[in-house]
Amino acid sequence: MSANYKGYRDPALSVLKEHQVQVWSDVEMKTTRGVFKGIILPRSETADAKHIVLKLRNGYNIGVAVNIIEYIKEIGRKEAHYKIPEKEFPYDERKPRVKLFGTGGTIASRLDYRTGAVIPAFSPGELYGSVPELAEFCNLETEKLYGVFSENMGPEQWIGTAEAIGREIEKGVQGIVIGHGTDTMHHTAAVLSFMVQHSPVPIVMVGSQRSSDRPSSDAALNLIHAVKTAAESDIAEIMVCMFGPTSDQYGLLHRGTRVRKMHSSYRSTFRTIGDIPLAMVDREKITPLRHDYRRRRSDRRVLINTAFEEKVSIVYYYPNMKPDIIESLIDNDYRGIVIAGTGLGHVNKPLYPALKKAHEKGIAVYMTVQTLWGYVQMYVYETGREIMGLGVVPAANMLPEVAYVKLGWALGQTDDLEEVKKIMLTPVAGEITEREPYNGYLIYQGGIPEVEKFLREIKR
Amino acid sequence: MAPLLKPFEEMTTADYRELGLKVGLEIHQQLLTEKKLFCRCPAGKYSEEYDAEILRHMRPTLSELGEYDGTALMEFKTRKDIIYQINHETVCTYEMDDTPPFEINPQALDIALQIAMLLNYNLVSEIHISRKQYLDGSIPTGFQRTTIVGVDGWIPLGKRKIGLIQLGLEEDACREVSDEGHLRVYRTDRLGMPLIEIVTQPQMHTPQEVAQVGNLLRRLVRSTGKVRTGIGAARQDVNVSITGGTRIEIKGVPRIPMIPLLIYNEALRQYALLQIREELKRRGITEQTFRYESAEVTHLLSRASWDPIRRALKKGNKIFCVNLKGYMGILSHPTQMGKVFSKEISDRVRVIACLTRLPNILTSESTEETIDSFTWKKIRKAVRAASNDALILVWGNEEDVQTAVNEIVIRAREATVGVPSETRQALADGTNGFERILPGPDRMYPDTDLPPLEITEERIERLRAGVPEPVWERERKYRKMGVPEHLVPLIAASPQAPLFEKLVQTYRVSSVQVARLLFERTVYWRRKKLPVERLTEEVWKTFFAAVEKNPALLENHDRIFTEFLQQKGARPFEQILNAYRTPPVPPSKVKETILTLLKQAEPSFREPEKKYRYLMRQIMEPVRGKIPGEKVSTMFWDILTNQGE
Repeated sequence: MSANYKGYRDPALSVLKEHQVQVWSDVEMKTTRGVFKGIILPRSETADAKHIVLKLRNGYNIGVAVNIIEYIKEIGRKEAHYKIPEKEFPYDERKPRVKLFGTGGTIASRLDYRTGAVIPAFSPGELYGSVPELAEFCNLETEKLYGVFSENMGPEQWIGTAEAIGREIEKGVQGIVIGHGTDTMHHTAAVLSFMVQHSPVPIVMVGSQRSSDRPSSDAALNLIHAVKTAAESDIAEIMVCMFGPTSDQYGLLHRGTRVRKMHSSYRSTFRTIGDIPLAMVDREKITPLRHDYRRRRSDRRVLINTAFEEKVSIVYYYPNMKPDIIESLIDNDYRGIVIAGTGLGHVNKPLYPALKKAHEKGIAVYMTVQTLWGYVQMYVYETGREIMGLGVVPAANMLPEVAYVKLGWALGQTDDLEEVKKIMLTPVAGEITEREPYNGYLIYQGGIPEVEKFLREIKR
Repeated sequence: MAPLLKPFEEMTTADYRELGLKVGLEIHQQLLTEKKLFCRCPAGKYSEEYDAEILRHMRPTLSELGEYDGTALMEFKTRKDIIYQINHETVCTYEMDDTPPFEINPQALDIALQIAMLLNYNLVSEIHISRKQYLDGSIPTGFQRTTIVGVDGWIPLGKRKIGLIQLGLEEDACREVSDEGHLRVYRTDRLGMPLIEIVTQPQMHTPQEVAQVGNLLRRLVRSTGKVRTGIGAARQDVNVSITGGTRIEIKGVPRIPMIPLLIYNEALRQYALLQIREELKRRGITEQTFRYESAEVTHLLSRASWDPIRRALKKGNKIFCVNLKGYMGILSHPTQMGKVFSKEISDRVRVIACLTRLPNILTSESTEETIDSFTWKKIRKAVRAASNDALILVWGNEEDVQTAVNEIVIRAREATVGVPSETRQALADGTNGFERILPGPDRMYPDTDLPPLEITEERIERLRAGVPEPVWERERKYRKMGVPEHLVPLIAASPQAPLFEKLVQTYRVSSVQVARLLFERTVYWRRKKLPVERLTEEVWKTFFAAVEKNPALLENHDRIFTEFLQQKGARPFEQILNAYRTPPVPPSKVKETILTLLKQAEPSFREPEKKYRYLMRQIMEPVRGKIPGEKVSTMFWDILTNQGE
């Protein structure tokens, strides 16, 4: 068996070799700062090359600089083999069949306590081992589609996931859950809303903001909420199911085309923008907040349309933007551009010639707003009217990311820009709404007495 | 059964040796930093006020418990709602586990490294942040971020060295507000404050030694001037075991003087539990042969008049009886001062089954007036109790009472094994109570949110320059200097010690005077509620520089400093001092005064000593502060004695 020096580079690597020790060696190290005893652990690839990591007897890890080491003596060797205990997921013929797809997030994972490496828990047995409550709701089947971080999801994975959903619906599954990293969950939710239409069953995307190896993780509760929704709810749409408040109270079901990750780390990071969520879910019940959703059906019909054009970009406008940004997209044969403009949908004048050129070259250009809330309204100011005159199409209250995936989907279906426009402006899954309800925009400001009162009394 | 230990006061070193007492100490000491350890919230700001509440649950993670066995799941079902009270001023999204940690507070790390040097630790070259799991909710993440900065330190205890296993730097936990039933409430202001943990080897063999080591460590860390003082700023845990017993961790000892009695009580408890095990063995009861029965007996108690039972019935609670076969007399066996074995069971029921209202059990060995013997008879029949069995009644809602019955059986069976591994909690009367089951060995794992951090040689050298001299060395030095004995330990452990030494070295003033002023008078002024923080190094330097030239000023020190400290304005010290710096009175003038006074009518004294004492004060009155009293005294004495001749 070859020696294990995982993560070590020179000079640390040479020191290990010189003293004939390796990863998992139980050692005594004499240094100019005294003696250290422990087990040599693998080193992170991104850490420097001058330290050796030791796990001390008390469970703590420390690093010892190689330039202070006088000798290393191997006392023994203790290799760790970490495995998630599996328990057979119980079968109950009265319970619905739910399929869980994995795409690579860490919704259910375990940490190797010695190295810190994350081990995904995914088979039904492993999941049952860590979240036994799931068996209260369904008979669970799992399938790992991908093993990528959220930021590496792209058209290939979107198409594959849509097709997998189609197959499962045909097989008669009663609900689908998709485990997904949270960073781009709303992109995938949006694109699946276009690629998978008229689903007869709930399709629920879920993830976690705190990894499941921590006692305070939101993973188990999110998974319970998602599985309950897939098994029992009558909302047959693409949804995102994540924490409502930061407290462990309930989850929210967000429509796939109106949801967005709004905080880099909060548990309650997903919010419905410009509208209200579909429903609340807790362990006991699902409480719809609106009634205009597609209902569950007992047939197995679903429309899968996975067309997608990759040459689409999103341009986040900023003051003093130069036309070369647009021109480089034109030169690189992009077929679609979504602009996130300021205010009601504006860009500066220097961009006009480039936008005109794009239009003339047959590139589809759509305007959304970087304020996220509100509609594009290009008639109000002259600027808006001028930009429309250059062929830029206002995309109503579609969120920029949603417009981006929809434009890719539309251009994947046709070259005809009029046809693209028809697809873009015809709502498929709530991506454009006719009206923005008064309570669709609520960002409370802390410090204001009545808000503080709300926090204190209604709390959480 | 064999008699218990001697009373606390009569225990000797030999008695403890015979018991095989081994004690280790853990000291948790808050560091004096502006900000918390992993976020930028202010440290040391406490408030009862809160602006919002957050609800969380702690879920046992797989690795903590291996597989989810029945007990773990049950514990999870009888889970607690945990409420965190948050104040916008003192808590941000980090403490609430909604934001990843920021880089470790460099000020805190520097202090920890300096203390590690002071305590002779081997410093690590690179710190790695670990997570130590806590499922009680005292930290919202469910774990404490902690790191080791040094290993294998030592301090002297007489001629021995007491080994220090490790020095950790970690974040402090929440303060508990209440814990009733299934609801536990925490205040979060203290959460995240930097704390060091000093862990000794279990090398102390008497309770008094532990207190000595505790005091020495306390004085050492305080000598840096970089730790917090006051209530709750330092907390001790003690690990106690006796031969045949188990290492038991007793948490949260607020004051060192409490330690000896606490250790005695734990030694006594372990001794008693081992006696109980022997007695059970004698009766043929072992872990394998242990038997029990349990049954619901609610219907048999419908007429009970004992308050706790009546209340339970009124609430619709269920009452269960557990019959511990052959346990007669065991439940009332004394375990600690004023406590018996059934208290161990009651504690478990309180914590694990969340039946927090006491009394939560009733045993057939209770001597109090509770339920009548006729009812007991019916109950005994229901659980088929023989005369040598012991019964325990427990009540609560259906789920909790089931957990309670299981827990009673678990704890009773553990009596056949001896001292179960537990974390216990120090109580004010010197005894201790169950806090939680000892966490598994795998509760420590790497924190993936923060990279390792190198401790460079440059950093160590820079910090080493500021490490105080160890108190035992200072003490030796001060004794040599002739510092009054009662002030020696005080100065040695004071952060002001370097200033003291500097003043003594710089100015020609007696070290005794400097010591008195810095360490006695200052305390006196502080007690008079004067703002002694105004006494900066500059003030002292100004004063002693003036004294050096004009020693008479020393006699006016109280007036000078009181005036300086009491002033409402901001007159500089120098200015106040100058008012007292009157030109010195020439000796000839003093002699004149003395002679005049002596000539005046006076009672006749037979002995010059009496006359001296009588007149000295009158002579000093007009010249105080203008000429050293010592000089006047010599002059006066000379005149007096010459006159007599």
